[in-house]
Amino acid sequence: MNLFAFTTIFAQAGKGLGEFAGDYSSKWDAGTYDGGLVFAGIIKWLVTTWGVPEWVPLSSILNGVLEASVFPEIGALLITIGLVFGFVNIFAIGAVWSERKVSAHMQCRLGPMEVGPHGILQTVADGLKLLAKEDIIPRLADKPLFALAPAIVFAGVLMRFVPLPFGDQLIASDLDLGLFFIAAVGAVEVLGVIMAGWSSNNKWSLFGTIRTATQMVSYEIPIGLAFITVIICSGSFSLMEIVNQQGGSLNASDGYVYGGWIWHWNLFRNPFMLVLSITYFIASLAECKRSPFDLPEAESELVSGFHTEYTGMRFALFFLAEYAAMYLVAAVAVVIFLGGWWSGIYPLDALGLGPEATTLAKTLGLLIKIGVFLSKAFALVFVQMWVRWTLPRIRLDQMMYVCWKVLLPISLVCLIGSCLWELASGGASVFGFGIVVE
Amino acid sequence: MTEAKIRTEEMLLNMGPQHPSTHGVFRVVVRTDGELILESESHIGYLHRCFEKCAEGNNYLQVVPYTDRMDYLCAMMNNWGYAVAVEKLAGIEVPERAEYIRVMVAELNRVASHLLAFGTYGLDIGAITPFLYAFRDRERILKIFEKLCGQRLNYSYVRVGGVTFDMTEEILADIEAFCDYFDPKIIDEYDNLLSYNGIFISRTANVGVMPADLAISYGVTGPSLRGSGVQRDLRRDAPYGIYDRLEFDVPVGTGEMGQLGDCWDRYMVRMREMRQSIRLVRQALAGIPEGPFCDKKAYRAVKPKAGETYKRVEGARGEVGFYIVSDGTNIPYRVKARAPSFSNISILDKLTSLSDVMVADLVAIIGSLDIVLGEVDR
Amino acid sequence: MARLEVGQIIAVLKEKLPDAVVEEVLDGVDPFVVVKAEAWAAVAGLCRDDSRLGFDLLSCITGVDYPEREDGAEIEVIYNLDSIANHHELTVKVKLPRDDPRIASVEEIWRTADWHERETYDLLGVVFEGHHNLVRILCAEDWVGHPLRKDYEPPDSFHGIKNVIY
Repeated sequence: MNLFAFTTIFAQAGKGLGEFAGDYSSKWDAGTYDGGLVFAGIIKWLVTTWGVPEWVPLSSILNGVLEASVFPEIGALLITIGLVFGFVNIFAIGAVWSERKVSAHMQCRLGPMEVGPHGILQTVADGLKLLAKEDIIPRLADKPLFALAPAIVFAGVLMRFVPLPFGDQLIASDLDLGLFFIAAVGAVEVLGVIMAGWSSNNKWSLFGTIRTATQMVSYEIPIGLAFITVIICSGSFSLMEIVNQQGGSLNASDGYVYGGWIWHWNLFRNPFMLVLSITYFIASLAECKRSPFDLPEAESELVSGFHTEYTGMRFALFFLAEYAAMYLVAAVAVVIFLGGWWSGIYPLDALGLGPEATTLAKTLGLLIKIGVFLSKAFALVFVQMWVRWTLPRIRLDQMMYVCWKVLLPISLVCLIGSCLWELASGGASVFGFGIVVE
Repeated sequence: MTEAKIRTEEMLLNMGPQHPSTHGVFRVVVRTDGELILESESHIGYLHRCFEKCAEGNNYLQVVPYTDRMDYLCAMMNNWGYAVAVEKLAGIEVPERAEYIRVMVAELNRVASHLLAFGTYGLDIGAITPFLYAFRDRERILKIFEKLCGQRLNYSYVRVGGVTFDMTEEILADIEAFCDYFDPKIIDEYDNLLSYNGIFISRTANVGVMPADLAISYGVTGPSLRGSGVQRDLRRDAPYGIYDRLEFDVPVGTGEMGQLGDCWDRYMVRMREMRQSIRLVRQALAGIPEGPFCDKKAYRAVKPKAGETYKRVEGARGEVGFYIVSDGTNIPYRVKARAPSFSNISILDKLTSLSDVMVADLVAIIGSLDIVLGEVDR
Repeated sequence: MARLEVGQIIAVLKEKLPDAVVEEVLDGVDPFVVVKAEAWAAVAGLCRDDSRLGFDLLSCITGVDYPEREDGAEIEVIYNLDSIANHHELTVKVKLPRDDPRIASVEEIWRTADWHERETYDLLGVVFEGHHNLVRILCAEDWVGHPLRKDYEPPDSFHGIKNVIY
């Protein structure tokens, strides 16, 4: 099933990229949005419309690349990839540091303090150390698979960033099947993990691998059910569309969403959604192998699970992928339940929207929306850390029990309940502020 | 594909000698069917440092530092066990003040040892924070000991005839401050954090159930035996020192979270013993008399008459016994140490065969037995 | 059950197994009883099963080497028994010839004897007959000699690792 989904999705992704060939900046100016690579559009727009001074070299270079290259879409594509990749890396560096700080303060210690103020450069130093380390491949390992595995795991996570928005209009590619894409590409990561554990030729790695495969494949189902429920309620797979709907009413006269209140979020759409958001969060912890579902790398049992034999940069890639996945599941939760970039405060959301908005207001509104989105995602990441430093680890059979006998039935009930609720209320939310469809 | 065509194999897994959950260099060879353990075989001896051989080449006082290195987490009790055996052999009277000091340091050491057991058990189960909390508080005890004898682990403080240094008013105040800080606030905090955590209970209750008769047959003693509901504590049953004058309870497992004698019971006995230890320290603090802290003659040299004796004390892990044979010289003819962990860990293979045990459970069982490999191998 | 003095315990032993007890020392530092090597298995069984004795815990097994005894070189194996229910203890000694020390294993009576006997075999070379797995426990499997014998000479090297004496 996943393979089928995967090919379908790839076609979708290609379509999304192809659409970019059109004039990206004009899409932004018109305020209408119909998919395509937007990141590059934003940059172009910043440079041309708002007038970022030409002496800012970065803008000039970007602009130059876009204007002068024979294939502007490729230039834009590269910039987009660079931005997503850069974000993942910077996030991972920050998240590793903050995880160490958060855990330290929860455990009555200071954490890293030496490198930079409050040890803020510690992760950079660690990253440099990992880069400089010798790359060891065990003699009896399956070398090609061993070398390829970290890249596949990392790519599996990175690919899921494609349909993920970072703010209003800020998205690498708004796929029509965005949520489906995220669920399907998750399977790639499992493949990489199995490759890593199997090729290591280490019994402990094999244990970790089997545990990972069991866990990730099982927990895809509660996650998938949460997705399906949201999709049914929203009537769209697109993450942009799902977020836009949570922004409250569509203004019938000019077709703009001006943002709504907090009760317009999917979380409060009906009581089942509230429950579902909790099951999704639990399942997402398992999906990114975080405590209490850290069986795959249970250090007290399996030493370090599937990446026991990895060193240096290959190990760093696994590490990076784990933290990227943390952000990813948190960001998806923000999109599908927590109103995406909508702050839930109408005046704040409405800033910079509509045809009369000034350039300054537009930019401010954009920045606020990015800030709101990232804050929500980071808050969820913080909760993940909090859980990790509080709870013990569960056992394999308990992990399966939680998935199949607790989360799955609850998710199914929520799915059916949500459908019935939507039918009965005619698409209205629990508070009766429905989405007005023209 | 029919089921018969799928070929599955059992896997032989070598857990240790270097493994994070064996608490040292302990090796268990397990035959697994997937995650399920079919059979296990323990191997020890990786930390054998010939204590008994060394003891035959040193005089009675020089043996004391070797006893520290057996169970380095509660060295006071090992010192004490050796000291009572030699004192009995040589007929040495211990001054009253020294007996009170011994109770204080031994019970504080028991708290430190149980704190480590609590913290590392949390680690074994996957909770990292309790470990650091436990070390934060253990550090306070170690600071007191450092002030007292300059050592943080291998004290050699309890010596034949008394103790090595006298306790000052400042250290007594430190001990009192620690008791007030620790009990009951901190232990309640631990219980809230870990003991009554749902995941923790589901991981430890009904796991590694050890019936009382089996435990006794395997020579299991200490908190691990009491976890199976056996009321057995040498401090009460065969009192040494001044324990017969002090009041304390002997907590035993009750099977309140699952079957009697499971990992949770063994763990909980330690948590409850810490409260009792603090109670004992408080009583000793209140009653400590003035006077000498060591027998003057024994402080310099010990030369018992020919004879042999076996004495035991209640260590943090069970009964620490010393069988000492003297031939009338100042060097022991034979010193045999009965290490509680040695007997306690021997039941592991039996426990894995009694019920369905998974790899994660094996870690939980080893952790609940709370072994110190320095003591197993000596 | 009630606590018994050592004298009473020995009386029970003598009553049930009149030939087993060779010697009893009640005035030493620790009272102990010496039993015949052949009778040890029966004594052990009695010690555990007799309700008056009820020695359910085998606390310790010690081996002591005496190469220069007047009546021939001997190895003593000392069993420290303890009754958790009755709160009394007993030290039982068995004297074995040094050149061929053999004694019945009691691992079926007290399971803890399994490892303790292996240790005594490892360090002193006492053979426990009927033990299911009498192999070295503390020393390496291919170690030569029994270190706690008084005439033991440490090897100069072991698998190429030199024995450095400082």
